[in-house]
Amino acid sequence: MSQQPQIDIELRNVVKEFTGRSGEFQTRAVDHVSLTIERGEFFSLLGPSGCGKTTTLRMIAGFEAASSGEILLRGKAVQDVPPFHRPVNTVFQDYALFPHMTALQNVMFGLEMENNIPRPEIRRRAEEALEMVRMTPSQFHRKPRQFSGGQQQRIALARALVKRPAVLLLDEPLGALDLKLRKEMQYELITMQNDLGITFIYVTHDQEEALTMSDRIAVMNLGKVLQVGSPEEIYETPNSRFVADFIGETNFLMGTVESHEGICATVRLDESTPIRASYRSEEALTNGQQVTVAIRPEKINIFAAEGSVKHDDGTSDEATAYREKLLRDPDIVMVEGRVEYANYIGTDTRYTIGFGNGQKLVMREQNFGLRNDTYYEVGSRVFIFWDYETARVLTH
Amino acid sequence: MTLEMRSAGRPGIYKGEKRRGLALALPAMLWLGLFFILPLLIVLVISFLTRGTRGVQFTTPVTIENYIDILSFPYVDVFWESIGIAALTTVICLIIGYPLAFFIATRKSRIMQNLTLFLVILPFWTNFLVRTYAIKVMLGADGPLNTTLMNLGLIQEPLQLVNTQLAVLLGLTYSYLPFMVLPIYASVERFEFRLVEAANDLGANDLRAFLRVVLPLTLPGVIAGSILVLIPTIGAYITPDILGGTQGLMIGNLITTQFRGTGNWPRGSAASMVMMLLVMLALIGYVMMSARAALTNRRRPVE
Repeated sequence: MSQQPQIDIELRNVVKEFTGRSGEFQTRAVDHVSLTIERGEFFSLLGPSGCGKTTTLRMIAGFEAASSGEILLRGKAVQDVPPFHRPVNTVFQDYALFPHMTALQNVMFGLEMENNIPRPEIRRRAEEALEMVRMTPSQFHRKPRQFSGGQQQRIALARALVKRPAVLLLDEPLGALDLKLRKEMQYELITMQNDLGITFIYVTHDQEEALTMSDRIAVMNLGKVLQVGSPEEIYETPNSRFVADFIGETNFLMGTVESHEGICATVRLDESTPIRASYRSEEALTNGQQVTVAIRPEKINIFAAEGSVKHDDGTSDEATAYREKLLRDPDIVMVEGRVEYANYIGTDTRYTIGFGNGQKLVMREQNFGLRNDTYYEVGSRVFIFWDYETARVLTH
Repeated sequence: MTLEMRSAGRPGIYKGEKRRGLALALPAMLWLGLFFILPLLIVLVISFLTRGTRGVQFTTPVTIENYIDILSFPYVDVFWESIGIAALTTVICLIIGYPLAFFIATRKSRIMQNLTLFLVILPFWTNFLVRTYAIKVMLGADGPLNTTLMNLGLIQEPLQLVNTQLAVLLGLTYSYLPFMVLPIYASVERFEFRLVEAANDLGANDLRAFLRVVLPLTLPGVIAGSILVLIPTIGAYITPDILGGTQGLMIGNLITTQFRGTGNWPRGSAASMVMMLLVMLALIGYVMMSARAALTNRRRPVE
């Protein structure tokens, strides 16, 4: 490994416009996308349907030409290179296996197209590829239709990987599989990617899948890349309302900036409720600015305003004493509220807490003990608190 | 095993229903029995009889002389020529029809597709005979084609186009092209073009993607279209009669002459039977090919 990470794929201001039939309207499917993807990375393009992620992938594969901008594969511009000469291979959403060929013939096809590989080697390599995706030799000579979705998926993977591509493009490859099989294939894909060291570009609309599998994620919406970062960065420090909303569950509180310093801003939600939240240092806040504060439900803690507070370690505190102890920590933000709604969902209980002047927050409390020990009655008074750094100020 | 299970498990097959099914098929069976099977048997019988004299068309003794006649000079040449013309027509229709069907099936707008399909079947709106005569006029010595060529100075005197095999070929191709286009259109329309992307992705240029993926998967349409052109052209009668004159004699014309005037009914019957045999062979070949295709594409239950 060299110190400088090698760039496998680079997109520079790539735009893709589709022209309507009579030419009078245009849709911009991909809008000035710039990305650099390093060698050996598991890179996901994540976004809702129609966000341009698949179009981006298809431009890298060569099925679509960019309207403007540049695509570089290992430093070489590929705009004029047809798909059959690009060192990338695709696993298609619906697998796109050739129905008239056996599993083995499907995998051999790509090697046959290379013209200079002797027949026995083609066969040997194809068989190896199929074995790598855990197909048994008795299955080699069956047609795609005789396989289940998961098996077809594996054959499609073998067919792409046998070409030893520089980059493997995967277009929602697990979309058609049921949940259990998906989890299994997710694990297999990660393992395989680690073993082979091939760059994966993975298109998905499933945020959980992207978080689980990726080294880095680019969140896309309306043709634009909103944020690129590791799963942690994307989840913990979303840069926009859309990203915060699309990935995981989030509370949004509207307010105005009262003061800000460093990464800590005080946001007034209503006349009686100022809260502190963190913001990205590159974000230029101004006092009085309208902002959104995003807080994840699992970052919020709760305890009853009266009586004693039981801790996980078995000790307990009187509520007011506990409150005072917590407030000594300058990072803690605490508000008093009422349980408006409690929803038992097995592992957790979800509470909707009303506070301030008509503000609401959804939070999750893991059900450590028996239900009665950790249950907050609807209507009861509670304190909720969180570390200000987990609450994010978002300006757009 | 699957077959047994399927018929055993088929819902709603009980005695009464079976009888009702027979009743539904009865009119067609009667019709075909009376006007197809029976005449066919009569023709079969006549083909083994001897030509009669003085107004009697056929008589005993029973003989295979007619078949020997038909399968020897000069009649057998007509068979070979007919098969040749029919095969050539099929090939030309295929060469013209496949790209056309492909063009139609790949139009993005539904309106454009329907319009082009409509244009393909538009000739059926006029009478076959009229169309064939129109071609004869077109190709005639003072027809538009020759006149244009002469006016352009490309030729000094009219080309002999009518009463040639070329004219027959042209007429047949024109008449039967839609029968080639429609089945191919149907299979190209069903074709999943993502497979071409997959082939491209795996390193196949467009030509190789076509040969290895598109063509094999649209072959059922090609086979069906070829059969639909081949069978009627083998027995074509009107087109060679009008456009070929004495030059494009085909089986159909041979059979007609045997039944007309001073013809020979037993010999004509034998020619009919031989022609039918040819057509049946072609059909059997088709059925076997599509059965094989169906077998390889059959969905087998998974796990």
